Amino acid sequence: MRPKSAVAPSRSLVSISTDPQTPAGEIALAAALACNLESGFEALACAWQNRLYAFELRITGSHTDAEELTQETLVRAWRALSAFEPERRRTLRIRPWLFQIAVNLARNNARGARRSGVLSLDALDDPERLDSDGRGEAAATRIADEDPAVEPEASLERRQRLETLAALLLTIPHAHRLALTLRHIEGMSYPDIAVTVGLPIGTVKSHVSRGAAELRRALDRDRTREAYREETESVR
Amino acid sequence: MSHHDDSIQTTTLQANRALVDDCRTLGVVNSPIDLAGRALAIIGLADWFTTVETPLGLVYIAWNASGLSLAQRTESREAFRAFARAVLGRSVTAGALPEALARGTRAWLAGDNRAQLAFDLTQLTAFERATLMKTREIPHGEVRPYGWIAREIGHPRAVRAVGTALARNPIPLFIPCHRVVRTDGMLGKYSMGGPANKRTILSAEGVDVERLEWLTSKGVRFVGNAADDSYCYPTCYAAREISAERLVMFHDEAIALARGYHPCNSCRPPAAQLAS
Repeated sequence: MRPKSAVAPSRSLVSISTDPQTPAGEIALAAALACNLESGFEALACAWQNRLYAFELRITGSHTDAEELTQETLVRAWRALSAFEPERRRTLRIRPWLFQIAVNLARNNARGARRSGVLSLDALDDPERLDSDGRGEAAATRIADEDPAVEPEASLERRQRLETLAALLLTIPHAHRLALTLRHIEGMSYPDIAVTVGLPIGTVKSHVSRGAAELRRALDRDRTREAYREETESVR
Repeated sequence: MSHHDDSIQTTTLQANRALVDDCRTLGVVNSPIDLAGRALAIIGLADWFTTVETPLGLVYIAWNASGLSLAQRTESREAFRAFARAVLGRSVTAGALPEALARGTRAWLAGDNRAQLAFDLTQLTAFERATLMKTREIPHGEVRPYGWIAREIGHPRAVRAVGTALARNPIPLFIPCHRVVRTDGMLGKYSMGGPANKRTILSAEGVDVERLEWLTSKGVRFVGNAADDSYCYPTCYAAREISAERLVMFHDEAIALARGYHPCNSCRPPAAQLAS
């Protein structure tokens, strides 16, 4: 069968050449959504799948959950966009809006996990307790052995450092983890994060700084433990 | 501030910068292949695809919530993706065939004429849809001429348009356009790999292609059964049971009707317009 360009609707892939994370890219993408919702959304899904997946992976620590939540984020984004007038789509701030959906799904997911009795790091808000009952180790093993952010040819030291960081991020309280991830992993501005998580900027800033402090403490503890381990092994 | 304090602060700053850099790196991730594609397929902006084993080898098939949307033999997945985008105007993403479609395609390829298969033919005209769905009524192991389809869908003069609609069949094999042959009985064209494949698939379905071609070369279009005075298309299952001594051959329906034969109820050869 020959392609019938005259009959088939020509919904060719709109290529958004500019980076969708830049203001210009966001405007171009919003314009594409306003002009042709279907091709515009295809461009949006392709442009944001990696960042959304990275965000959900860092929040949940699970590849499977990250995959499901990213998919669900896109499905919900589509449903919402279909109900918007073209003008609303044109003026949409895509990034905070999209991550708002992602954050809500991540929160629901955390609640669901807690309720179903799955090992939930969020329930263990006290990092000290984590260490005393040994569940910090469980957190560290929750990240799959191959972290997608670590390029395969990276040095062993770099690989371990990033994997440790990802694992320890999962030990800090959920709200702080959300804010910290949006700020330092996703690289969002404070006003955008405030919109995304639905909290005042001041609260967001405090969450980010508390999260960073907790992460640093966790890293220090990890290093101390590591050093202790090395020492005892050299003694043996 | 002492020199000692200074150096501590520098170290802390460097450590912080390294931490910030590492955080940035954790955000640079490639999502699993086709994640966006799968979301688009769930939404209905893309179709799914997979391969199925057929008498013509591996065939790519695409589907969506409405049913099968595309079938074609291509050299690679990438070639099929490109083909799908050109024909459907949508992207396709790899997936597993849902149970109902898996059962339907299996049964259909095994020769079950009543296999339940849903199709998405929304991009076609009403005439094209009518043409294609009529071919689904031609049983496994039988063929009909273009004119039969035209007559059956109520457009007896639109034989050429039927040919065009069949040439555009997006789902060959499952919508069996290969069971439609030229009015003179020659096999004619085939959209999935040319006439040789049409012969292969018809033979695989049990059509005696050589006998059909031999009859065609003699100008025989119908065969009659002297036992019950009925006449059929040569591949009709009823015609296959006619014993050699009771087989009558007709060049056209007018002769059959004139000799007192009536058209078979099953394959419905032409009769009415000439009898009147």
